[in-house]
Amino acid sequence: MANLHRFANPNRFLRLSRAILPWSASLTVLLFIVGLYFALFASPADYQQGETVRIMYVHVPSAWIAMLCYSVMAAASATALIWRHPLADITARAAAPIGAGFTLIVLATGSLWGKPMWGTWWVWDARLTSVLILFFLYLGHIALSRAFDDPTRGARAAAVLALVGFVNVPIIKFSVDWWNTLHQPASVSRLAAPAIDPAMLRPLLLMALAFTAYFVTLLLLRIRAELTSRKIRALQLAQASAE
Amino acid sequence: MKPALVVLRRELHLALRGSGDSAATVLFFVLAAILFPFGVGPEPGVLTRIGAGVIWVVALMAAILSLERLFLSDYEDGSLDLLAMAPLPLEFVVLAKMAAHWLTTGLPLIVATPLLALFYGLPAETLPMLLLTMLIGTPTLSLVGSIGAALTLGARRGGVLLSLLVLPLYIPVLIFGVGAIDAAVADLPVRPHLLILGGLLAAALPLCPWAAAAALRQALD
Repeated sequence: MANLHRFANPNRFLRLSRAILPWSASLTVLLFIVGLYFALFASPADYQQGETVRIMYVHVPSAWIAMLCYSVMAAASATALIWRHPLADITARAAAPIGAGFTLIVLATGSLWGKPMWGTWWVWDARLTSVLILFFLYLGHIALSRAFDDPTRGARAAAVLALVGFVNVPIIKFSVDWWNTLHQPASVSRLAAPAIDPAMLRPLLLMALAFTAYFVTLLLLRIRAELTSRKIRALQLAQASAE
Repeated sequence: MKPALVVLRRELHLALRGSGDSAATVLFFVLAAILFPFGVGPEPGVLTRIGAGVIWVVALMAAILSLERLFLSDYEDGSLDLLAMAPLPLEFVVLAKMAAHWLTTGLPLIVATPLLALFYGLPAETLPMLLLTMLIGTPTLSLVGSIGAALTLGARRGGVLLSLLVLPLYIPVLIFGVGAIDAAVADLPVRPHLLILGGLLAAALPLCPWAAAAALRQALD
């Protein structure tokens, strides 16, 4: 626990994130260059899907990040509610728009892929519906955390919502196994042998790493921006009361 | 147990005496359902096909309409502070208020449902299944909705926000409620749908009062 408290100190976080950010940002760029090269050029077209299989190299990683981001948000919310860490509140608040963005990418790329493959932009399949609910949960979280005059009250309410909405994450994960509908089941996360060709697994994993690095960079940047804006606000208030 | 019953009786008294909230909710339910035949055209085939789904969706909306008042009046006049200070755990206060909410909105909606089934020309065999799914499903709506009502307490634009938070969480109840009816119409097994609907209720019953009480404590801090 003592270690966790060490990182709850905003100034220590600012120092640490300043040290990490250049690395994570350059790692993001590097991984995207390599990953996109493999995804767009150095990988075969699928024998059934043709070139549209390349949409998967964006679709699948962003789906992973959308769920990872919600888990980060829920963990931060639990930390904020239990230990009242100010930084955890800020993390949850900073993560929500990122997650909403990735969820939107998932829905849009899935739709673009679905039109040529399934012949429709949208079906009311369990996986698609639960991801759509995830998107609305993110939007609800963003709206709720900004709906109160007192920002801490907004953060607390949003934290409870994030925890309640967490039930949706396992539903998304297992929806393809529980309901036998149009969306294909997982083909990577089988421990023994992934049901995906190594030539396609390589770009997929590279892109997943690139997206993860991108997510970490964005999250750190947004937390720093939030901390800075709070500092500015506190300074303005101090100035206003001094006058 | 007794103090929770006292809270329940108080809520029922308040709801039945004058405010007319539950009558307005039922009226909204019927009126909103009547709009659909104008919107999609009055062909009996279409209405029979969509009837059960429309009734379910409108019931969700009606449940949300009445949710905003669930804690608001008590919050504004300070009785919520007193209830929170009472020896009865806040979770049980919330549970009693949820039960009162269901008795004053969920139950009247179910009572009004046969009338709507008549308007939509639903076959007589569908009606018992519709009523059964609503009987299992609407308590879940009250339970889940109370979390939203507790979270938006004191928020700007609380009502709109409440629907934004609660409607996505209502989707599973809607899916399995309507799924059971469709299965009954198609002569498929209804048991799985009903079991999941009951499972949702069984999960919501202990978890929702807990989450809503946590949200209320944040609001009262």
